[in-house]
Amino acid sequence: MKKILILSTALCAVSGIARADVTVMSWGGAYGAAQTEAHVKPWAAATGNAAVMVDADNPAQPIKAMVEAGNVTVDVASVEYADAIRLCDEGVLETIDASKLAPAPDGTAATDDFFPGAVTECGVSTDIWANVYAYDTTKFAADAAPKTAADFFDLAKFPGKRGLKKGAKAVLEFALMADGVAPADVYTTLATPEGIDRAFAKLDTIKKDVVWWEAGAQAPQLLADGEVSMTTAYNGRIFGAAVGEGKPFQIVWDGQIYENEMYVVPKGAPNKDLAMDFIKYATSTEGLRAQASHISYGPPRKSANVDPIMYTDGKTEMGPNLPTNPANMTNSLLTSSDFWVDHDSELNERFQAWLTK
Amino acid sequence: MAEAATTLLTTSDGRPLKAALATAQARAKRRAFLLVLPLLLFVLLTFLIPIGYMLKRSLEHDGFSGSAPSLSAWFKQQPGFDPANPPEEAYAALVSDLALMQKDKTTGMAGTRINYTVPGTISLFKAGARAAKDLQPPYKEALLALDPEWGMPRLWRAMEAASSPYTTEFYQVATDRKLGDTGWARGADQDRIYLYLFFKTFLVSGAITVICLLLAFPVAHLLAVLPMSKSSLLMILVLLPFWTSLLVRTTAWIALLQEQGIVNDLLVWAGILSDDNRLQAMYNMTGTIVAMTHVLLPFMILPLYSVMRVIPPSYARASRSLGATSWTTFRRIYVPQTLPGIAAGSLLVFILAVGYYITPALVGGADGQLISNLISFHMTKSNWSLAAALAAMLLAAILVLYWLYDRLIGIDRLKLG
Amino acid sequence: MALPIYASPLERVWHYAYIAICVLIFLFLIGPILVVIPLSFTSDAYFSFTDKMLHFDPAGYSLRWYDTLLTLGHPVPEGPRDGTWWKLAWEHSTWIQAAKNSFWVGLWATIMATTLGTIAALGLSRPEMPGRRMIMAVLISPMIVPIIIIAVGMSFFYAKACVAPDSAMGAIFGWMLSNKGCLANSYLGVIIAHAVLGIPFVIITVTATLSGFDQSLIRAAHSMGANPRVTFFKVVMPLILPGIISGALFAFVTSFDEVVAVLFIAGPEQQTIPRQMFNGIREAISPAILAVATILVIISVMLLATVELLRRRSERLRGVTPR
Repeated sequence: MKKILILSTALCAVSGIARADVTVMSWGGAYGAAQTEAHVKPWAAATGNAAVMVDADNPAQPIKAMVEAGNVTVDVASVEYADAIRLCDEGVLETIDASKLAPAPDGTAATDDFFPGAVTECGVSTDIWANVYAYDTTKFAADAAPKTAADFFDLAKFPGKRGLKKGAKAVLEFALMADGVAPADVYTTLATPEGIDRAFAKLDTIKKDVVWWEAGAQAPQLLADGEVSMTTAYNGRIFGAAVGEGKPFQIVWDGQIYENEMYVVPKGAPNKDLAMDFIKYATSTEGLRAQASHISYGPPRKSANVDPIMYTDGKTEMGPNLPTNPANMTNSLLTSSDFWVDHDSELNERFQAWLTK
Repeated sequence: MAEAATTLLTTSDGRPLKAALATAQARAKRRAFLLVLPLLLFVLLTFLIPIGYMLKRSLEHDGFSGSAPSLSAWFKQQPGFDPANPPEEAYAALVSDLALMQKDKTTGMAGTRINYTVPGTISLFKAGARAAKDLQPPYKEALLALDPEWGMPRLWRAMEAASSPYTTEFYQVATDRKLGDTGWARGADQDRIYLYLFFKTFLVSGAITVICLLLAFPVAHLLAVLPMSKSSLLMILVLLPFWTSLLVRTTAWIALLQEQGIVNDLLVWAGILSDDNRLQAMYNMTGTIVAMTHVLLPFMILPLYSVMRVIPPSYARASRSLGATSWTTFRRIYVPQTLPGIAAGSLLVFILAVGYYITPALVGGADGQLISNLISFHMTKSNWSLAAALAAMLLAAILVLYWLYDRLIGIDRLKLG
Repeated sequence: MALPIYASPLERVWHYAYIAICVLIFLFLIGPILVVIPLSFTSDAYFSFTDKMLHFDPAGYSLRWYDTLLTLGHPVPEGPRDGTWWKLAWEHSTWIQAAKNSFWVGLWATIMATTLGTIAALGLSRPEMPGRRMIMAVLISPMIVPIIIIAVGMSFFYAKACVAPDSAMGAIFGWMLSNKGCLANSYLGVIIAHAVLGIPFVIITVTATLSGFDQSLIRAAHSMGANPRVTFFKVVMPLILPGIISGALFAFVTSFDEVVAVLFIAGPEQQTIPRQMFNGIREAISPAILAVATILVIISVMLLATVELLRRRSERLRGVTPR
């Protein structure tokens, strides 16, 4: 018994941190930091509840594991759109009552204020982000810099290693767009065996020069370390490195693939009601604008896009750096959640098989 | 005669000696066993049962059977069912299940289970479940009108197999087989990955074992023939890596071998390489092999050393004095005596290499991944049954090697440092 | 290792080539570990020697990455370094939290593995032990079975190994488990996993020590009237203590270096040093990792020295001639 007591004191000393009222799980790095600064900390300050942020490579994976194991420790997770749909279908998420979301400052109901598709049965969008590619401006002359998606695959004209996300999603679409497939046809092409072969054939052309990354923070790091001359990345990470840290990085918007990022509540979350309140706070017009002032992802509400948003440095205007800026959308693709819900495991398996050979 | 003698012998209290001895021995046995028992129970509870549980998971998935009760029941009554032409009752059961799934929000569960063997079916189930409530008989026509894919023979095969929570299908997937309209068959070459990766893992482990042996042999020999005082000092150079964190050593190799790393900088500085032609020795198979060799080398040196240390030098001298060249002496006299060490070290290094995870995950890049990394990939993707099936196959391979090790060397002769 | 007098010139050449090869292999073994140390003092953000470092320019060296270990996760990293600052660092800095977690988890796992392992080793080394080989094979297997398989099995099982928090069991054990009352995501789960991984090392070292142990000493103690408890603590224990301690150190190092099981079964609270390093290496590989690595190398040197001293002491006690 004495031993148990000692053990208990020791373990309490270990945990040290007070148990949080709300645990938010996001992607870490600059993105996690933005959500911490814009949502987690202000919400905690405003409501007097404790809130913590934890990181994951892709929060959809651990929360599914937690729910299926009946051992949920996360209250709110930030997941990709297709994952929010898929997990909702699988009964892994709590449903969200859209009528309880915060209305716009002028009183417009949230359901009318959000962009179409930004509020689903189980999730509320927190931003619109994009897969883009970026290059190191010191590696290419200004007049001979890459400009199109096809340039990413042109090793002769633009020598150097390439960084690519290690996963099928957004990589296969990007390969097809670089191969000349119009955005409108990308998913119909990818639904056929020939289309899949075509995407992999395009990737084959650069395979031996690719450095693969997994966590979002790795992509700007690869560029900064000089390991690659260009890399695909989440656009906000590049913006953070370029504007925030003054790194010589330039985003190429051609061939960008964008989607909503969703706040969701895993089924059986320890503090479901507080989680809902957190989401209401975070996805209010001001909450979304606050996040967009930390990282260059577009707020998904009309009312949040009325006034220009300034970056936290006080001098950079966010508008031109957002995926939703019309000038950035000339050759762009909205990720199809329907497609990825169906083909995620099949194409990722094929992708793994292709990678290891 | 012996029997007659034993019956005469008794202990002081008159019991036959044989019986007394047996009782005493049984008591001693029981005592020895009781000492081991707590640990055995601990290991059983926290190690063997979890592994058994994993094996069970590899044969079990109730995503479909749990959410489609009518169809599952129907399949049970129809052992000779023809998947190419399912009857109306089957479709009726399916439609009622789809309506149930929509109500219970289990569409995704069922779709995911079927999706393992027939890719692309999650949205089929989703659309079917959404429409099921309003479908009118005849259900076959109604469902086929909704989406002709509902008539696919392989879909019906998959649903039949998934109607029981217990299945060997994950082992089919794990051996690169695909479900077609006529049953399971070898998958297309571009999709084959698991057996290939098993093969590759064994090949790479074999290569690492050979490299370790080549590097360990001279070092172990040197340590064995040097006087104790010197070899003790050198032994520290072998033991320090052994005691240093795996992550530290992996980090060190990244610093050394990456494109902007020390080895490349040195080679460029020395003019051996040009700046834009740096070696690619990290984040690929080279990185995995180099780092793993470094990590596993002490496991080869130590058993070799303990065997070599007791080889008497007089044999070699005798061989030389009888006229053998130094090479012949080495080959015919010395190496055969080191065979137990070679076997012990090689098997241990090979076994440890086959299951390696951390080093390939951190320095392997794309082509330096081994089977453990793929198991971890499926774990993070929540394909638990498939991950468990792959892990079970790996476990079987390891156990065979372990058994071999025990036969050849004896597990109780394993030594550390 | 002197050359025999009858060595031919060719053999002489081969002899020196052989020495050179051995030196290179030793360099391969030890070089990577040593190279980490100077690199960790870089003032730059890169993983390589800068020109300044190569010219021994003091500006090329700094302690900034060691400083990062204190400031990462610190609420006021830039504040004045007074008592309050250090207190905050002790309570909040990410790496310090990780170190504390690693230490406690390692300590309890070691205590568990060493206690159970030593008792079992005593039984295993008795000549009467039934099924000795089979049981040995089972007890050593956590070292042989790939860690990924162990981690997968445990992650399935620990998630189901729960007690209801409001039950009597939950009231007794709840505080050791996750807030759902499960082994998964709990400190106890990690401790048990690490104890299992440490057991083979304890068994191997303690049985090795016991193999040189003269069993007649026990009979002698008994015949002089000592009961089993006294015999163990006064006769057996002092003789096998060096073996127990090196087994315990092995178990501690195993836990202190373990990351796969932690990745699979631990929750966000159970952040340990290896896990923090693993994430660091994968994401933003900064020289802060090298600073941690240097500290860990120093720790392993100290542990190795301890084990070596113990081994020699044990051999002396057992009358084995020291190597």
